[in-house]
Amino acid sequence: MSFWDFFRRERWPHIFCPGCGIGMVLNALWKAFEETEQEPEKWAFVSGIGCTARAPAYMRVDSLHTLHGRAIAFATGLKLGNPELNVMVFSGDGDIASIGGNHLIHAARRNMDLKVIMINNGIYGMTGGQLSPTTLPGLRTTTTPMGNYDYTMGTAELVAHLGANFSARWTTAHIVMVKEAIKRMIPKEGFCFLEVVSQCPTNFGRRNRMEDPRKMLQFMKEHSVHVSRVGQLGAYFEEPVFVVGTFADRDRKGYVARLREAGYFESF
Amino acid sequence: MMTGNQAVVEAAVRAGCRFFSGYPITPVSDLMEYMARRLAQVGGVFIQMEDELGAITAAIGASWAGKKSMTATSGPGFSLMQEGIGYAAMTETPVVVVDSQRGGPSTGQPTMPSQGDVLQARYGSHGDYPIAVLAPSDIQEVYDLTIKAFNIAEALRTPVVLLMDAFMSHMAEPVSEGEYEILERKVHPPGPVERPYEPGEDLVPPFPVFGRGNLVSVTGLTHDEKGVPRPEDNRVHATLIRRLFGKFERRKDLLEDVRTMGDGRRLVIAYGMMGRLAEALVDRGYRLLRPRVLWPAPTGPLKREMAEADVVYVVEMNIGKYSLVVKRVAEELGIEVHSISILGGRIPTPSELEAMME
Repeated sequence: MSFWDFFRRERWPHIFCPGCGIGMVLNALWKAFEETEQEPEKWAFVSGIGCTARAPAYMRVDSLHTLHGRAIAFATGLKLGNPELNVMVFSGDGDIASIGGNHLIHAARRNMDLKVIMINNGIYGMTGGQLSPTTLPGLRTTTTPMGNYDYTMGTAELVAHLGANFSARWTTAHIVMVKEAIKRMIPKEGFCFLEVVSQCPTNFGRRNRMEDPRKMLQFMKEHSVHVSRVGQLGAYFEEPVFVVGTFADRDRKGYVARLREAGYFESF
Repeated sequence: MMTGNQAVVEAAVRAGCRFFSGYPITPVSDLMEYMARRLAQVGGVFIQMEDELGAITAAIGASWAGKKSMTATSGPGFSLMQEGIGYAAMTETPVVVVDSQRGGPSTGQPTMPSQGDVLQARYGSHGDYPIAVLAPSDIQEVYDLTIKAFNIAEALRTPVVLLMDAFMSHMAEPVSEGEYEILERKVHPPGPVERPYEPGEDLVPPFPVFGRGNLVSVTGLTHDEKGVPRPEDNRVHATLIRRLFGKFERRKDLLEDVRTMGDGRRLVIAYGMMGRLAEALVDRGYRLLRPRVLWPAPTGPLKREMAEADVVYVVEMNIGKYSLVVKRVAEELGIEVHSISILGGRIPTPSELEAMME
């Protein structure tokens, strides 16, 4: 599968800013699909609202660009409507962790058979750079002009705690690990979650003396610490660091299998 | 014998509904409980979601997998579902929403009947969109109109609201399950589709079921016939919205649905539970017009019946919402319209109603 087998050339140019990390993640996704010989016809992508949520419309797959926060709930209905379909949610941190937090929590709790890639740029990029629940302490946003005094949300840790089959966090500075994590998620049943910390030079870097995307990649690399060194509840909540690695990799029964056992899907 | 809530479930299953997502709320919790059992028997899927935002959106998601899907709720949940209803209208997703009305605003009167959502059902989501709203007056009609709700949803690719009330949800009456025409949505054959929103003669585009290689991108943004977002193109937006309304104008055969009784010069217009009550006035010399499809508003029948009347009464369990629609039509004819507004959830006797009209 070549690059242009997976992406819709006729929709180029895309809307993403120069230096944005979303393209890096899309590239990793395509590579993961190529290396595992996925057929795009068997996948459906669901997204909410925001920069990342615009990405599935550039892929040559069935895609549903939905409402702010509700991507996982739409995806739940789509998956249960056709359990043969592989369903991936591809959206941002504002969409999935903030306004859509309740659906994330309950899909993870149910071990719903979905793959979720949450690109975490630490900001509301599309609306102009407002504070997000994943903004690191001290950093400047348009709604925290004196620096962020909110505590930060550890989304991948939360998902792991809720019993999901897979949860990991990497950054775009670890793009090979991003690809490997996607490959790990593809064959698994149950809820699989990947958080990718990513650079937003336009609305994040620019206000934090990192307008050059290379500076942001360097910042992510220098501020990343592996989960094996700090544990699941490491320094994440107080310090501007990214705990990276795999937080959960289990094989609990997925929701579809449990629904079948309960008697749904087959007439009687 | 079936309660209103049971009749919805039986009719939905009969119409081919195989997916239900809901969230507990009085007075439709038992509808959901009954559905959980019933869908297991027929090979369907049921899920209790974490909130009503999830209930409506999961139902829409299942519709994209090709399933006939529905959800049910009441006032507070119906308010939460409005954004999802607008999404279904914009993306042309068939879905049926039951709103069993209770007294509001806010938590209001959870166990008491009301017709306070009659305008919200029409205009509840932001922006310009058409929607079909049905109002049954007895349990047989709950059954019949639930099937009709699915037929409209599938034929027009649109959300449809079935408006009941807390009384009708739990009232039990005999229901005969006769012959029904069941409509199915037009779908694209498998394989890539270049212009998924290119409409047919009925202005309804065939539906691209996900997972069949149609490879379509669907969005709530203003989009052209290819499905490409064109949010800043005024002509693309206007063309899309006018086509949505155009779909409705072409299906009067499905959407114009009223019952008329009696032949007096005093015309009563009532729907739902009040339509049933007002039938008792026909023997007392009143003419009755009872819309079963409230929206699109039955302008033709309203004009025809009002032309035969000297005075018009609109009886409803709210502050007088549907009377605004009637007054708009009556203005052209120069006929006096009286709003008979009943609040609080106590259903009057026919004699009490007649006294209110004098």
